[in-house]
Amino acid sequence: MKLGVDPVACRGNGSCADLLAELIDLDEWGYPLLSPDDVPAHLVREAKGAVSACPALALKLRR
Amino acid sequence: MTTSTGVRKLPERPLDLDGHLRTYGPPAFPSSTAALTAELAAAGVVGRGGGGFPAARKIGAVGRARTVVANGCESEPFSRKDRVLLERSPHLVLDGLLVLARTLGAEPVLCAREHVPEAARRAAGERGVRVVVVPGGYVSSEESALANFLRTGVALPTAKPPRPTDLGVLVHNVETLADVALVVRLGAERYREQATRLATVTGDVARPGVVETRASATVGDLLDLAGPTAPLGAVLAGGYGGRWVRPDEPLRGSGVLAALRADRCGLCETTRVLRWLASQSARQCGPCRFGLPAIAEDFATGAWDRLRTRLPVVTGRGACAHPDGAVRLAASALELFPHRTSTHPVHCGGSR
Repeated sequence: MKLGVDPVACRGNGSCADLLAELIDLDEWGYPLLSPDDVPAHLVREAKGAVSACPALALKLRR
Repeated sequence: MTTSTGVRKLPERPLDLDGHLRTYGPPAFPSSTAALTAELAAAGVVGRGGGGFPAARKIGAVGRARTVVANGCESEPFSRKDRVLLERSPHLVLDGLLVLARTLGAEPVLCAREHVPEAARRAAGERGVRVVVVPGGYVSSEESALANFLRTGVALPTAKPPRPTDLGVLVHNVETLADVALVVRLGAERYREQATRLATVTGDVARPGVVETRASATVGDLLDLAGPTAPLGAVLAGGYGGRWVRPDEPLRGSGVLAALRADRCGLCETTRVLRWLASQSARQCGPCRFGLPAIAEDFATGAWDRLRTRLPVVTGRGACAHPDGAVRLAASALELFPHRTSTHPVHCGGSR
């Protein structure tokens, strides 16, 4: 699974980078920069948590 | 100003339906979608709106087509080729549109701006094609924005997936459809032998305007036709979201060339274009909304180091390719005008 973001829905809330700092960085305007790699098995739980915590429902996990 | 041999897309004078049929004969309707895509693939027809994507592959990507759109919006500020084509040969465009629509069992629609040429409006009426006037700026005619507008009335790009083809909307540039109309008449082989493309040449040239030329023409061929007014430093190819190139490169993208004299500052020109592109952001996606003005101001002030870190951050992160185009332009300016970075903006007069 990989991370994805709907760029129109994303409001730059930034909670994803707090919850999943290993795979998500923020740009200078507060919008997420996602790791392009597969989410490693030991982070899948955190990734799902970040997805469900996104207030804009913009963060996604895609197969 | 024409260099084509054989069958042209641009007749010398506007053709009404009678004149069109006398010139080109009636279009042949393919027996199936597979037959049509095979012919278009063999003919090498590619998107002339700027993408250059093979037309056959785009058709192949549509599942159940509901709408086929002839995109005549031509949002690119330098480009006039689509307008000239719609003025002079609207029925050729409509032939291609109707061939696709009938073969796929979809509704044909001509999308254009408010000032749609009267000849095109009349031709669409004669052929039973609905004309949709698209409001808004540069990004409102991007294909997902058109699909969005037809479905919801909002002319703004949407995140992919889903792509317009996933939604049954097939969008082709009007010139691409004119090519389709020629392929179904001539067959792939004859079409290939005489394939042309339209281009708009502007900037520091003696004879700016729309030309029809061999599909294989280079930037330099078109500049020779248009007659540079002074030694040229570079050419903006592909329009505002295009690239600065040297005159000896092949012509790619949307067929727009803007020539820049060697004594003018390419970084000033780039600043002007980048500011315009920033103003045309739909302001939907953060990296585009905030990144494009930041990049434009880096160019205006000569913040080259910061620019080099910003460019890769902004590209590829919008719902549409608008930010990617701005980054491509900016990166090509740094590549082609490195000698100007020491004098711009202080010693060249700055950005107008």
